[in-house]
Amino acid sequence: MIMQTTMFALLPGIFATAYFFGWGIFSNMTICIFTAVVVEAIMLKMRAKDLISLKDGSAVLTALLLGVALPPYLPTEMLIIGTASAIIFGKHLYGGLGHNPFNPAMVGYAILIVSFPLAMSTWPLAQNDIFGSTKYEPTAAETIINEPSFDGIPFDGIAFDGKTAATPLDTLKFRGAKTIQEAWTAENGFSILAGTGWQSINIAFMLGGLVLIYFRIAHWQACFTMLLSLSLLAAIFYDGGGSASLGSPAFHLFSGGTMLVAFFMVTDPVTAPEGNTGLFIYGAGIGVITFIIRSLGGYPDGMAFAILLMNAMTPLIDQFSVDHR
Amino acid sequence: MLNAKQITYQGLWSNNPALVQMLGLCPLLAVSNTVTNSLVLGLVTLWVLVCSNTIISLIRHHLHDATRLPSQILVIATFVTLSDLLLQTWLFEIHQRIGLFIALIVTNCTVLGRTESYASKHPVSAAALDGLMMGLGFLLVIVSMGFIRQAIGTGQLFSQLHLLLGGTQSDWQVILPNEPFLLMILPPGAFLCLGCLIALKNWIEIQCRPLTTQPHKENHLRTSP
Repeated sequence: MIMQTTMFALLPGIFATAYFFGWGIFSNMTICIFTAVVVEAIMLKMRAKDLISLKDGSAVLTALLLGVALPPYLPTEMLIIGTASAIIFGKHLYGGLGHNPFNPAMVGYAILIVSFPLAMSTWPLAQNDIFGSTKYEPTAAETIINEPSFDGIPFDGIAFDGKTAATPLDTLKFRGAKTIQEAWTAENGFSILAGTGWQSINIAFMLGGLVLIYFRIAHWQACFTMLLSLSLLAAIFYDGGGSASLGSPAFHLFSGGTMLVAFFMVTDPVTAPEGNTGLFIYGAGIGVITFIIRSLGGYPDGMAFAILLMNAMTPLIDQFSVDHR
Repeated sequence: MLNAKQITYQGLWSNNPALVQMLGLCPLLAVSNTVTNSLVLGLVTLWVLVCSNTIISLIRHHLHDATRLPSQILVIATFVTLSDLLLQTWLFEIHQRIGLFIALIVTNCTVLGRTESYASKHPVSAAALDGLMMGLGFLLVIVSMGFIRQAIGTGQLFSQLHLLLGGTQSDWQVILPNEPFLLMILPPGAFLCLGCLIALKNWIEIQCRPLTTQPHKENHLRTSP
């Protein structure tokens, strides 16, 4: 039941993503789930296991989490590569469900972002949300062909498949010498808390995740400390919003995959340490590493690497936080 | 004493330095990103293995127990330095790419492992053949890794081979239709590739088990790489 409830808790976030970024997320999820089931069946067959364990839903949940985390409209072969490597390298090579030291969905995500950095940082332009409209200024090329409307009606025979935009994390990172206030007014794609669309998606994932925590399906410790350490660091380095500022706590909490990762990946019981102390250290570590990669690293969002690094630390954390007598 | 057939079988397959003994993993993982690099490193390792095995076998009766290992390292280091200088002379551009790893062959446990466990106990002909076969086994694995990683990771093959064999880039380079899958030329790809090769080797062995009744006669020397 845990797997099914988790899938239901993802629904608000999925619908929010579909609303802001288009239908791509559904094709992502379909292809990922199909690949995951096929690969899982093949791997179970190769390991001479009973196919009945397909029904536990873990492969489908892995595929679902991966499909939601990936940019919509990602090319099909990349979706297949990501899901297959998540199931094969992330899960079955370590002995299947319950024996994997690394979160399979994050393994797939990391492999994809290392292999296809360009495609993985191409997100569609977000729709306007209830917190205010996207400030969007057409680029020179679009002005020439007189900006076809967003709903895909071609203008003068020139059809757009869609529009892409830099994610708010990237825009803020590469804003040059602008202060936060200047970036907010001068650059495209910012709203009250964080990026337009992104903030609503994060809030939707947070609502679904809070339901999980309320019904005690997910533990709150790691999730809470991760968000806490991320926002504390952001608050310290906010620097009054000057040109060297790394973004406000609200911006970091509601940008990128923060809430999806915090409530659905960090809370994975298999790859997290045991006991309260261990979970606190684990969550805080993920928050700190995420902030470091976001502000100093070369990748758009450091979530996947942060989770994998702390997964690797889990046995060590267990070593001194759990009483082994 | 092992006969030539057994030495060959052990070096290339049943006691392969890369796939079974898992020695010399550092150059195997780090340099196998292109066919050219892995070919050069594999050939130099092969040469060092043959030469040092021969020399150690020749002087094996004169080596004192207390100084045996240092003397072996000295012989190996001599040949590595020699090949380092020769590469600088004849293949300077390739030396600029992988020169660091040429010098590191001294620390390659395959070489010390063979001189210590085989050449210091066997006559010259057997020791030289063992060095040749072990080197060939290593060369085969590193070149196939280079082949797989370059083909999948960059979508082209044999680029820069003109630095080794002459001609121009376009004489050798083959562009493949697949899109580059960057992971394979990065370090994680090396581990994945080696793991898959080991799995393939074990799988073939399991499939052929009824045919191969020969037990392993040699103890595997395991040292930290």
